[in-house]
Amino acid sequence: MTMTRTRPGDDTAAATPSEIVLDVDGLSVEYAGAGAPVRACTDVTFQLRRGEILGVVGESGSGKSTLITALTRLQRPPAVTTSGHVVFHPQSGEPGIDLVPLKPRALRALRWTSLSIVLQSAMDALNPVMRLGAQFVDVLRVHDRSMSNAAAWEEARRLLGLVGISADRARSYPHELSGGMRQRATIALALACRPELVVMDEPTTAVDVVMQRQILAQVLRLRREFGFAVVFVTHDLSLLLELADRIAVMYAGRIVELASAEDLYRTPLHPYTRGLRDSFPPLHAPVTRLEGIPGSPPDLRALPAGCPFAPRCPAVMDRCRDILPPLLSHGDPDSPDARSVACHLHDEELIP
Amino acid sequence: MTTTQGAAAPAAAASGPLEVTRRRKGRKRGKFLVRRLGFYLVAAWSAITLNFVIPRLMPGDPSAAIIDQLERVSGQALPPATLVSIQGLFGNPDDNLFEQYMTYLGQLARFDLGVSIVNFPVPVADLVATGLPWTLLLVGTTTIAAFVLGTALGVAAGWRAGTRFDAIVTPLTTFLSSVPYFWVALLALWFFGFILGWFPLSGGYDPNLAIAFEPAFIASVLQYGALPAATIVFSAFGGWMLGMRNMTVTTVGEDYVLLAQAKGLSPARVRWRYAARNAMLPQFTGFAMALGGVVGGALLTEIVFSYPGIGYLLFSALQKRDYPVMQGVFLLVTLTVLLANLIADSVYVWLDPRVREEG
Repeated sequence: MTMTRTRPGDDTAAATPSEIVLDVDGLSVEYAGAGAPVRACTDVTFQLRRGEILGVVGESGSGKSTLITALTRLQRPPAVTTSGHVVFHPQSGEPGIDLVPLKPRALRALRWTSLSIVLQSAMDALNPVMRLGAQFVDVLRVHDRSMSNAAAWEEARRLLGLVGISADRARSYPHELSGGMRQRATIALALACRPELVVMDEPTTAVDVVMQRQILAQVLRLRREFGFAVVFVTHDLSLLLELADRIAVMYAGRIVELASAEDLYRTPLHPYTRGLRDSFPPLHAPVTRLEGIPGSPPDLRALPAGCPFAPRCPAVMDRCRDILPPLLSHGDPDSPDARSVACHLHDEELIP
Repeated sequence: MTTTQGAAAPAAAASGPLEVTRRRKGRKRGKFLVRRLGFYLVAAWSAITLNFVIPRLMPGDPSAAIIDQLERVSGQALPPATLVSIQGLFGNPDDNLFEQYMTYLGQLARFDLGVSIVNFPVPVADLVATGLPWTLLLVGTTTIAAFVLGTALGVAAGWRAGTRFDAIVTPLTTFLSSVPYFWVALLALWFFGFILGWFPLSGGYDPNLAIAFEPAFIASVLQYGALPAATIVFSAFGGWMLGMRNMTVTTVGEDYVLLAQAKGLSPARVRWRYAARNAMLPQFTGFAMALGGVVGGALLTEIVFSYPGIGYLLFSALQKRDYPVMQGVFLLVTLTVLLANLIADSVYVWLDPRVREEG
């Protein structure tokens, strides 16, 4: 399957390497099973700029979590990355490192110092039999062998302070903390080794809206302070509109639209994006009837030949059922507000 | 578990609130242990009391029957001290029950469990004391060895669930551990002892050597113990392995193991400190119970190999209706199981911080 990429393959030179922290190109992930393998992620391509927050939004089963585990090389069998590259560009200006073929030892060295992760459920992400501080100390000392034990504990307390957890809590066990505290602790943990990129998998799903807001404010503040880039995955578009710089919308394992948060909200190009946007109420607007998206996500084992959204699409055309629309740029691909969409509705407006 | 230096530094620096929390926690843990200890004291008292009540509920007069039998075996009248001791343990219909109970408790406090009928007039306590080291040596070491071996294999199989290692070793172990123990023991004795003649057929040591702590005797103990030990480990490790494998499979799927990998920790640390450490918790309870059962001896092993331990003692006592010995062994086994439970409970509190809060 060939298709035009958002970014032509050779334009890495156009954007200075140091501006890009992560360059994902043509990433496909399959789940090998008894029958034919199921493709959970197909040809995912995007670039993440230094210090940027990229939101990834989609329904359950759209391939968000698969994307995250593939990006971080944390996938477990039967998931297999079948093609594509995930190139990490260190800030030091050293040549980019492709994570996909990377050997375990080199990958381990890169983990947490360059690339860390915040998991969905903080309840389960912390080892229940280790003190909170000890879970900071082990990662700190693995990546900095010269660090003394006492210094590592001191650093753990400092990191907890960053997210508003008092230093004496370092000696607590995870079950002695509240859910919100635990989630904030995992965020502090993700920052322990000053990574350039933090992947967050729905980190606010398990907490109430008040705590959700606090956590997001903290993420934004810490990002200002430390300048890390974030890939933030969630099913909640409204949350991303506030938090993210750019948003990628996933459907059936593909990115169907990628645009700045503002563009995506004001002028969604893909009917699916519009459907997502119109399915939550705006706070400061007259009351209107909410529009949902009829139907349910497609079965990844039996995708339609054309656009996977065609069966649910309100603007479906004949060619949608036969021809898969590629993800194409819309506007100058090198400008900061470049956007792209995979929909036949916008075929004619495209730049050749 | 974690460092103590780390603990000392903040305590000095952070002063007030931390110190108070620590003290409150310490008190909570202390209270927990005291409550547990109380529970076990009550249980031990019940066991001791049951041991007192049961012979007195038996039809007839058990102590008279035992005294008769003893006099027949020895062919002479019993010395008065022995009479008192037997009546203390098995009841003297002339005494009032409370006085009997007090006498009984007094005897127990002096480890006076009466005298054996079969080996008159050897005190039961002496017989038990002779058998106990053998049992502790054989069953104790093999229980620990089977646990360590099974648990390590279980971690290996569970960590790589679905691989060829797991696909071969796990079903094979299931098969091996379902073979009845006495069959394994008899087969091993027949093949390695009788056919090949590599190991002696019965006993715990070479009867021609004096029991002493010297190389020749120790070598003979090892030679005599090797085969029974091997059969116990062979039969017991499978259970530990299967349990540990399944717990490891579950634990490896936990987010904290995933996060440990994402942190770039060494595979060994992820596997042991994060996965196995948590998977071990239910395993540990079973292990503590097994240690409690050690004193009861591996009855079948000691019978098949005529090994001079508690199990064999109990077996011969049962055959010859040596009630005082039986009763002594039962009491010992009950109390050891209780002790093992108490230790397991206390250690578990230390292993799993989550149970400290409840109690």
